[in-house]
Amino acid sequence: MTTNARIKKLIDDNKVLLFMKGNPTFPQCGFSSVACQALRALDASFETFDVLQDPEIREGIKVFSNWPTIPQLYIHGEFIGGADIIRELYESGELAKAISKE
Amino acid sequence: MLQAIEIQKIIEANLNCNFIKVNGDDGTHFEAVIVSDVFAGQSIIKQHQQVYSALGNMMQSEIHALSIKTYTPDEWSQKNNIKG
Repeated sequence: MTTNARIKKLIDDNKVLLFMKGNPTFPQCGFSSVACQALRALDASFETFDVLQDPEIREGIKVFSNWPTIPQLYIHGEFIGGADIIRELYESGELAKAISKE
Repeated sequence: MLQAIEIQKIIEANLNCNFIKVNGDDGTHFEAVIVSDVFAGQSIIKQHQQVYSALGNMMQSEIHALSIKTYTPDEWSQKNNIKG
């Protein structure tokens, strides 16, 4: 499977998916940590993908989303943004809305 | 060491900014506040993508972390009215 196809499958298979460095218990970067905290504060169930374990996805997701940094959040297959946007949407209440939307 | 002002100049040169301020003094972590007419009507994602695009491949190399806040001129004046 190509890297793009793998990414596509990941975001199709997971309603809320955070591409991050490390995992929610041990985030390896402050920005990934912020993203996890926002999702946890909403009591949202979410999956994470540790890009440090997979160099192909780590580079591929940047091209796929046209976004040069990690973390990256996908909800219902849609690219939501990186840490700054996740924080903004969390504060405005829009992140909760996006997650609860079926 | 990479200076905040260098990042600011590069963004300014490639993006039409009404106001821009880049802070950060450790050479790797920076924060940018950018106000631009071009952001009007755009999603936040698109706004940030334009800032990244103005920086070219610096995001892949020199800049470890850049926090971005974007505003249209209207949003910016509203924000400052509330605060002021």
